[in-house]
Amino acid sequence: MDLSIVLILLQDGVTNAAIYALLALALVLVFTVTRVIFVPVGEFVSFGALSLAALEAGRMPGTVWLLVILGVAAAAATLFAGRRDLTVRSVALTLAETILLPLAIAALTAFLAPHKPPQLVQVALALLIVAPMGVYTYSAVFRPIAEASVLVLLIVSVALHLALVGLGLIFFGAEGSRTEALSRASVTLGDLFVSGQAVVVLGVTAALMVGLYLFFERTLIGKALRATAVNRLGARLVGISPGFSGRVAFALAGVIGALGGILISPLTTIYYDTGFIIGLKGFVAAIIGGLVSYPLAAAAAIMVGVLESFASFWASEFKEVIVFMIIVPILLARSYGTTVLEDEE
Amino acid sequence: MSASARTALLLLVAFAAALPFIPGVPPYWITVAAYIGMAAIVALGIVVLTGVAAVVSFGQAMFVGFGAYTTAILTTRHGWPPLATLPVAIGIAGLLAWGIGAITLRLKGHYLPVATIAWNISFFYLTGSLDYFRRFDGIAGIPPLSIFGISFAEVTRFYLVTLLVVVALVVVTRNLLDSRVGRSIRSLKGGALAAESFGVDTGRAKILAFVYAGVLAAISGWLYAHFQRAINPSPFNVNVSIDYLLMAVAGGVGQIGGAILGAALVTIVRDKLQDVLPWLIGAQGNYEAIVFGTVLILIFQFAPEGLWPYLRRLFGPPARARPESAGAAGLLRPARERPAPGAEILRVTNLRKAFGGLVAVNDLSFTVQAGEIVGLIGPNGAGKSTSFNLVTGVLAATGGSIAFRGEEICGRPARRVAALGIARTFQHVKLVHGMSTIENVALGHHLRGRAGALQGALRLDRAEEAQIFADARRQLERVGLLDCADTLAGELALGQQRLVEIARALALDPVLLLLDEPAAGLRHAEKTALAGLLRRVRAEGVAILLVEHDMDFVMGLTDRLVVMNFGSELAQGSPADIQRNPAVLEAYLGSAA
Repeated sequence: MDLSIVLILLQDGVTNAAIYALLALALVLVFTVTRVIFVPVGEFVSFGALSLAALEAGRMPGTVWLLVILGVAAAAATLFAGRRDLTVRSVALTLAETILLPLAIAALTAFLAPHKPPQLVQVALALLIVAPMGVYTYSAVFRPIAEASVLVLLIVSVALHLALVGLGLIFFGAEGSRTEALSRASVTLGDLFVSGQAVVVLGVTAALMVGLYLFFERTLIGKALRATAVNRLGARLVGISPGFSGRVAFALAGVIGALGGILISPLTTIYYDTGFIIGLKGFVAAIIGGLVSYPLAAAAAIMVGVLESFASFWASEFKEVIVFMIIVPILLARSYGTTVLEDEE
Repeated sequence: MSASARTALLLLVAFAAALPFIPGVPPYWITVAAYIGMAAIVALGIVVLTGVAAVVSFGQAMFVGFGAYTTAILTTRHGWPPLATLPVAIGIAGLLAWGIGAITLRLKGHYLPVATIAWNISFFYLTGSLDYFRRFDGIAGIPPLSIFGISFAEVTRFYLVTLLVVVALVVVTRNLLDSRVGRSIRSLKGGALAAESFGVDTGRAKILAFVYAGVLAAISGWLYAHFQRAINPSPFNVNVSIDYLLMAVAGGVGQIGGAILGAALVTIVRDKLQDVLPWLIGAQGNYEAIVFGTVLILIFQFAPEGLWPYLRRLFGPPARARPESAGAAGLLRPARERPAPGAEILRVTNLRKAFGGLVAVNDLSFTVQAGEIVGLIGPNGAGKSTSFNLVTGVLAATGGSIAFRGEEICGRPARRVAALGIARTFQHVKLVHGMSTIENVALGHHLRGRAGALQGALRLDRAEEAQIFADARRQLERVGLLDCADTLAGELALGQQRLVEIARALALDPVLLLLDEPAAGLRHAEKTALAGLLRRVRAEGVAILLVEHDMDFVMGLTDRLVVMNFGSELAQGSPADIQRNPAVLEAYLGSAA
């Protein structure tokens, strides 16, 4: 192994790591605000990637129908939960958000898809289809049991993952897809060949992180989310609705997940169930950050990506095992650093 | 268990055993029934792990895999007979469960399930990529089950063996949960802190539940390997683990019957869905996952207790069979030798506890002697309960010393403090709501019993249990709650729950008793009865430290008082002196008084 291979592996690792870092951020965000460990974030990756691939082929992505289904489920759950005090206005708002919006997106997609619009429009359309699913899953699945224990929320989260993977198989079939690179440009710096795709991935990740930082530091909604993360009851007492915070968190997670899929699909072939493994790597990073620290999670994601890249060079068959098993020493270190003597809910 | 439920159960087992011999039953049903049995064994482990110990694992299919691969490798490559591999399979799964549990169980609740996902996926890839496990092709040519020369290759025979194993494991699981160790596992759900304060090593109890679930899964895997005769990594992947969890949750995760109900439902429904869905959708695939995932979500939204409670209502409330009252005496650890009246029991010196910048207890010093009741009083937020937590090892002190009978105990964990004979009650009642009143009291006997998990599972602990329950009845009688012995603790009134806590504390046979607001929520007559009880306990030579806001109760009962305000000691003295102390009056009534 010489320097050029090391550089290539590093570049690969860091590029993937950027996507893991995004997913880790989404997981930390959702967990701190709603206590949900958002296992299905991986399905958003798959759906984002496969929707873009379908649009590239000039086909209508199956996720459009999934969006409509989830919208209906969200409408049913929201109306059922609020059945005691429904007003014409609240019903109209709910229906507009959960029924009309998906239908409008479906109509737009049906109109645009056969024309094979420019890549940027395709990307925007794929995001538009997949991202709202975040909010809908929250309304349909998690909002009704928002006060349940972390463990119940986790089981439900895994159940949702199971259902979404199955639906992904229906809508996309068992074949994988790979999308066009977002940039064909490339730069050669000495020994290092830098692909445009890597630059796009890192650029978008950095921009998103800065955006999130500004959102949390500068906007009222961002601050409300942070308040909910620190103390849910306290946030509620000063008028921050946990339901609202939850919706914003899931909306962001939906956007991040779909974007992660769009960014990674030119790098590797994505199948309907690939997202789970990608999401789990974000997970490993998030866990290293204790599921609460954004900077630690992002740093851990870089480590996971680079480790995976080198592992696939030396022992490609075992790369998944190696990546998943690094959490063991970390859990060990954590378990000796903490004494748990409190009643868990 | 009520008589009708017992009859129903026996009929069910008889029916299950007769199933293959009923004319007209297709052989395929027997195969499905065998699968239900194997799944039910795994689900039974999840009932103990998740339903009872409140630990969630997404990796049980991996433990099934441990059992299956162990026997597959030993029988095909080393020529072992199937029966001989069972102890090895159990041993390997148990050891690995212990190791994995030791690493992850100490962490907060959600780390374990997440870690089990990672373990399970790693196991899948390892078995799928190592030659030793024959990669994704798997191991074929596993011999059928044969025991002492009798072959169980034929489906009906195999099914009967499976049924026998299921029945045996149901009995063992029931026994285990109804034993000293079982109570310590059951205390994990909502009462872990209290259990630690009565000497239960809750970390060990968790690992024990994890090992038990792992061993059960391995037994199922052992059966599976000899039934299928060929194995590969797929049936041991994480999605199968989720199916097992679904079985336990759908049936009712706290219930043994729920495990079998859930295993039957999920296995049958999956079988049907695998026929119907691909036909409906027009392609092959794992579509039943959609239905299972959705059903699981709906169960948690609308029926978090699962389906078993609905079924059980048909048979009326369960009544538990209690061990007969005391047989041979002397199995419990003997009552501690009492210190002479007036001997110093507790000496607290310059005790200090800071939470960040807030000093909750500031240089507190006092003593308690055998045969006296000392009251610890002060306004809300004075640091009384914090002091209790420091003395009992629930919190670690920032500084100072706590000597119990001359021995320094500051810094010892709660369960070691309990072992010295220090028992307590809690300001916010901490009983295990799902356990009966008398079982909650019996948790206080934890340190006085000896029976281990194996003795409990095999019912070799009956004599000791009988003594524990005889003494528990005695303690309940002392607090006047014998009538409520079989009531669930969560159904008692708050005042009664406080009395149960006192009974549990007395069950430890304490030298020092710490009571945190025992009279709160009691009616006048009950307070008088409680005062009488505490006087009798004092007369037995027990030292009592009491936090209480009811001043009539405190003044009439205590020998000495320690008054705290803002974490510091304000005054000490006899009740009469304290009532005249101007500083105390000011703290309680304000300076204008």
